[in-house]
Amino acid sequence: MAEPARLTREDVAHVASLARLALSDDELDTFTWQLAEVLDHAADVSSLDLDGVAPTAHAMAVTNVMRLDEPQVCLDRDEVLAAAPDVEDYRFKVPRILGEAP
Amino acid sequence: MSTEWTMVIGLEVHCELKTATKLFCGCPNAFGDEPNTNVCPNCLGLPGSLPVLNQRAVELAMAIGTALHCDIRPSTFHRKNYFYPDQAKDYQISQYDEPLNVDGYLDLPDGFRVGIERAHMEEDTGKTTHAGSSGRIHGADYSLVDYNRSGVPLVEIVSAPDIRTSDQARAYVTELRAVLVASGASDGKMEEGSMRVDANVSVRRGADAPFGTRCEIKNLNSVRSLGRAIEYEAQRQITLIESGESVVQQTRHWDESAGRTSALRSKEDAYDYRYFLEPDLVPLVPDAEWIQAVSDTLGMMPAERRARLAQLLTEAGGPSEAQVDQITTVVDLGLDDLVVEAVAAGVGTALALARTANEAATDAEAARVLDPKAYAELLTLEAQGSLSATQAKAVLADLLAAGGGDPAAIARDKGFEAMSEDSLAATVAEAVQTNPDEWSRFCEGDDKLAGFFTGLVMKATKGQANGKAVAAELRRLRG
Repeated sequence: MAEPARLTREDVAHVASLARLALSDDELDTFTWQLAEVLDHAADVSSLDLDGVAPTAHAMAVTNVMRLDEPQVCLDRDEVLAAAPDVEDYRFKVPRILGEAP
Repeated sequence: MSTEWTMVIGLEVHCELKTATKLFCGCPNAFGDEPNTNVCPNCLGLPGSLPVLNQRAVELAMAIGTALHCDIRPSTFHRKNYFYPDQAKDYQISQYDEPLNVDGYLDLPDGFRVGIERAHMEEDTGKTTHAGSSGRIHGADYSLVDYNRSGVPLVEIVSAPDIRTSDQARAYVTELRAVLVASGASDGKMEEGSMRVDANVSVRRGADAPFGTRCEIKNLNSVRSLGRAIEYEAQRQITLIESGESVVQQTRHWDESAGRTSALRSKEDAYDYRYFLEPDLVPLVPDAEWIQAVSDTLGMMPAERRARLAQLLTEAGGPSEAQVDQITTVVDLGLDDLVVEAVAAGVGTALALARTANEAATDAEAARVLDPKAYAELLTLEAQGSLSATQAKAVLADLLAAGGGDPAAIARDKGFEAMSEDSLAATVAEAVQTNPDEWSRFCEGDDKLAGFFTGLVMKATKGQANGKAVAAELRRLRG
């Protein structure tokens, strides 16, 4: 099996920008190395012969875990908004957004 | 230009499910509550909270799948990652490559079939308000977020690109809305955002050319906006291509007041959402028994209801074009059971349909809970000639206000005694004697004058005379 392409510095910069993380050059180097190590470890699975093994969606062989449609008590609003960076009209106040929601 | 431009349209409809609670937590699913009162650690994305799937939401999603003739399949949930404050946890839980419902269809009232590619479950986002001097997104200084809607269960219904005109698109959304309401999954309130539509539009020359590059239009808040936006967008694309430019695949925003679309952003690659399986949720695998149980709870769909009324009229030689419209109105308003029960009680279908579409429909909310027996009795009184049409309408208003009652007693209370034949004949005779010229023209065959005399009699009796009885008396006098 072909060796998976190793994670690049550009990949990490791209993912960081999607998460709106500002990384310094040093941090980019560090995370590129660290994340590549993690991915290499996960890639070890590729060395196994998995022909005939069905893909699984979850570590546990469990399906249909559900709850009844019954209302529960919500959090107190004052408590909720105390955790907000800023508040106006009982809403979370956040920096302006460019563009609309995806 | 050798061939005509044609449109290719696919629609994505987001439908909020009518559950008591959210999709993954027990917070109330309610519209219009005070901001940030229906929230908990789960829908606020606080660390350590875990989602648990709402069984009722699954059943409503399966009901939609059944109503749209989909295959209901084993499915999984994914995280759709994006950075935007309408989701506090920075991802939306959605179904990705294994949706619950696939490969269905919706038949429009004219018989045109639109394919349904998928109808999958996902959670709604919070509501952002962009505040600042201009009130517009681009000029906003900051945004305010209310997470009450965050986590409300949605089903996203994705049509195949089968739609070819804006009229078809409008008919599709109208019919889909009726199906969603009939299946019990949605209240269908577009004005409250419980149904939201995005349109994918492209153009091509002729009906067989390959599809052109498409644009997705957002912010379509009514069936009317949908039609206008599609027409505008198709013309914009045609103008671009004819002037030698090309259409760029992008998401566009419909501005209802300006009547135009404008670019929001280029289409983000699916890769950028970095979908991965939601590790906190296990697969959803409905078995045949469960699917059947949900299917058994489904009532009649709008198409079936329309066919049922049309069948009743076919037996009476109809339906006429006007009656087809009446059927649509009555079924849209959920009043068709009233018609069917009145007909079963012996009322003529045409009368039952007309009174329901024209009078009962003016207060549909009250009519939906009206005692069908009282309604049938009223229409019987009218059909027998005991009440004139005007009187019957007045009694109906009282029945609707009270939710039922005894139509004959209400008529008596209002002083609506049927005119005796003698008194009717005397009134008609007087109208004839005081208008000799009109009478002789009527006798010579000018039948339009029947209306003139009927009007006089109605005026003299303050609407209490039965129109049919007046006409019969006029014919009798003419000999």
